[in-house]
Amino acid sequence: MRKIWLIIQREYLTRVRKKSFIIMTLLTPLLLAAFMILPGLLMTMSGDEETVMVLDESGLFEGKLEDKKDLKFVPIAGSLEQAKTLYQETDYTALLYIPKISIEDPKGITVYGKKNTSLQTQMRLENALEKEIENQRFMASGLDRETLDKIEANVKLNTINLSSEGEKDNNAMITSAAGVVAAIIIYFFIFLYGVQIMRGVIEEKTNRIVEVIISSVKPFQLMMGKIIGIAAVGLTQFLLWIVLSFVAVTAVSAAFGIDAAPTPMEQLEAGRVAAEGKSVDVINEEKGEATQAEADEFANTIQDVTQSFANLPLLLILGCFLFYFLGGYLLYGSLFGAIGAAVDNETDTQQFMMPITIPLVISFIMSYSVVLKNPDGPVAFWMSIIPFTSPIVMMVRVPFGVPAWELLLSMALLVLGFIFTTWLAARIYRVGILMYGKKINYKELSKWLFYRV
Amino acid sequence: MSILKIDGVSKRYANHTALDNVSFSIPAGCIFGLLGPNGAGKTSLIRIITQITGADEGEIYFRGERLKPDHIKEMGYLPEERGLYKKMKVGEQLLYLAQLKGLSKAEATARIKTWIDRFEIREWLGKNIEDLSKGMQQKVQFIATVLHEPSLIILDEPFSGFDPINANLIKDEILRLRDNGATIIFSTHRMESVEELCDHISLINRSKKVLDGPVREIKDAYKTDTFQIIGNGHLMITSPDFEVLEQHENHGVFRANVRILNQAKPNDLLRYLIDRVEVHSFVELVPSINDIFIRKVKETHHA
Repeated sequence: MRKIWLIIQREYLTRVRKKSFIIMTLLTPLLLAAFMILPGLLMTMSGDEETVMVLDESGLFEGKLEDKKDLKFVPIAGSLEQAKTLYQETDYTALLYIPKISIEDPKGITVYGKKNTSLQTQMRLENALEKEIENQRFMASGLDRETLDKIEANVKLNTINLSSEGEKDNNAMITSAAGVVAAIIIYFFIFLYGVQIMRGVIEEKTNRIVEVIISSVKPFQLMMGKIIGIAAVGLTQFLLWIVLSFVAVTAVSAAFGIDAAPTPMEQLEAGRVAAEGKSVDVINEEKGEATQAEADEFANTIQDVTQSFANLPLLLILGCFLFYFLGGYLLYGSLFGAIGAAVDNETDTQQFMMPITIPLVISFIMSYSVVLKNPDGPVAFWMSIIPFTSPIVMMVRVPFGVPAWELLLSMALLVLGFIFTTWLAARIYRVGILMYGKKINYKELSKWLFYRV
Repeated sequence: MSILKIDGVSKRYANHTALDNVSFSIPAGCIFGLLGPNGAGKTSLIRIITQITGADEGEIYFRGERLKPDHIKEMGYLPEERGLYKKMKVGEQLLYLAQLKGLSKAEATARIKTWIDRFEIREWLGKNIEDLSKGMQQKVQFIATVLHEPSLIILDEPFSGFDPINANLIKDEILRLRDNGATIIFSTHRMESVEELCDHISLINRSKKVLDGPVREIKDAYKTDTFQIIGNGHLMITSPDFEVLEQHENHGVFRANVRILNQAKPNDLLRYLIDRVEVHSFVELVPSINDIFIRKVKETHHA
């Protein structure tokens, strides 16, 4: 055991100290933060105060166009030609010309700009005008805005799960997302770190150090030490990514004082505030132009999301994630190790990679196309039971609820599966690491299984 | 007392036999040459001794005990194909390999210090292996082999890749280790390279042991009572006790190989010569291990 521990330490430390590891670990959260922050940042930047001159010949909008935080209206009088000259002398964003129109036929409204007027500005102006025209039409027909708001229906489906455990709120989107994200992480983890195992074995083989090592330790110890050491590297990286992403996003948001993409914590907070029926002015202020109604809706959505999260069996998902994460990695990791032992260099790995890649890719594709649509169908069932596909497919199913016996069966089979692949890999490994210069095919590999070493 | 006894060991692979009923024993405290051409089965035997693989038949006894995993830490093995982790620092690498052999960290560190002082390579410790020359790497690997002070050191083709200076350095170290009580097994196909070092040898050819024993005894057994004589004058041997195998003459200097027959003694030949020519050199032609090997292999083929 002491020897395996030494091997694990070496595998772990040499990888964690690599520049590429440190850079990847630090860069990814920063990129993530940038992705979350950038859109908001750009918006506030382009959202520099815009001032629009308004020449209203119809008189319909006099005093009706409300100034907003970053959109101001300056009414002027005179002819269009005068207005144009005047506009040229200012640094206003645009000149809005409203000819003599009636609310029944609002045609001919024109925006003059110095450059091409941005789509955003155009839409905001259109919205403002539309709203005012609507208002006036309502007035004309004896309705006012308030009444209308009361009439306007906003239907949102509450999906409730009627199961033996009672009623549960269910939001298909969130449920799918939780499972799919977990499955994607497992998929990439298996590939990224499985290949690292393979490379590590090939490295030891081509460096010819393997004979020195296995005159001190058993090949199996060397293989397991490597697999476990690399798993620890992967877990470290994920853990650091989660912590650093959180720190980076929070830090950057704080630094720029923006709320472009609320972090989950903020969402939770917003949801809580809304849920307690308190004022949502905070959001309203931050959102600037958002109206009270919009803010309400926003808060409701957040509340929905958080509620859906709360209703997911989070502990179960987390537990399953860790189990299938490690189980899947161990199952495939030892096979990657066996491939590394069977070949002399990386270019020869192709033919042996196929049978490993195919079940992984298929389970990944099926997760999207079939399992997600019908999480209790036969395809989903079988793929979540068979050890080679279960780490990915079962993770997609778990948030939808899986009968306990299926889950236990799948887990038991996965454990048996990785014991089997580890045994298989160890048989190939012990022969392969001392075999040089021989082109290996499957027939040869199968013979190795029964070699007496 | 023998440190290692190999008793009827056979090893078969899918389509060939690597070792066929090989038996011999290795006395403690000697330098033992495991000799034979490429593919004779030397490395297979070493891998069985170092417990990398197992024998199909036969047993190996280490100090009278049947070979067991615990014996590994008493052995140091330098494989023919050398290699170290390229991206690992010399110091860390030595420490790691020593710990794998069961040394504690403190002990390993202390021994590494002694060795780097002896080889004067202190400044290498922080360097990656890939930044060292091939000869330097070999030195590091040699240290790794003996760092845990094994009582049995197995060196497979030890001098390949060493320049003459480093080869001598390693030779001296090997002799020093032997004097300190270690047993050394040399495995090589270049028999002349270890002839002067080895006390005992075993010759292996085509998976079978051909011959083994103390070098002196083997040479005595295979000597042909032939002497090379160089001198001035005109050599004419007419005695029935001496047979001229070869003779050249050049500007009055002759060189002749003469075999002694009929239980005559070398001194008889010398006496015979002194009366006739001026002798400058009189040397017994001892067969090299290589010659013995070739003779032995021919014999077994004819038999």
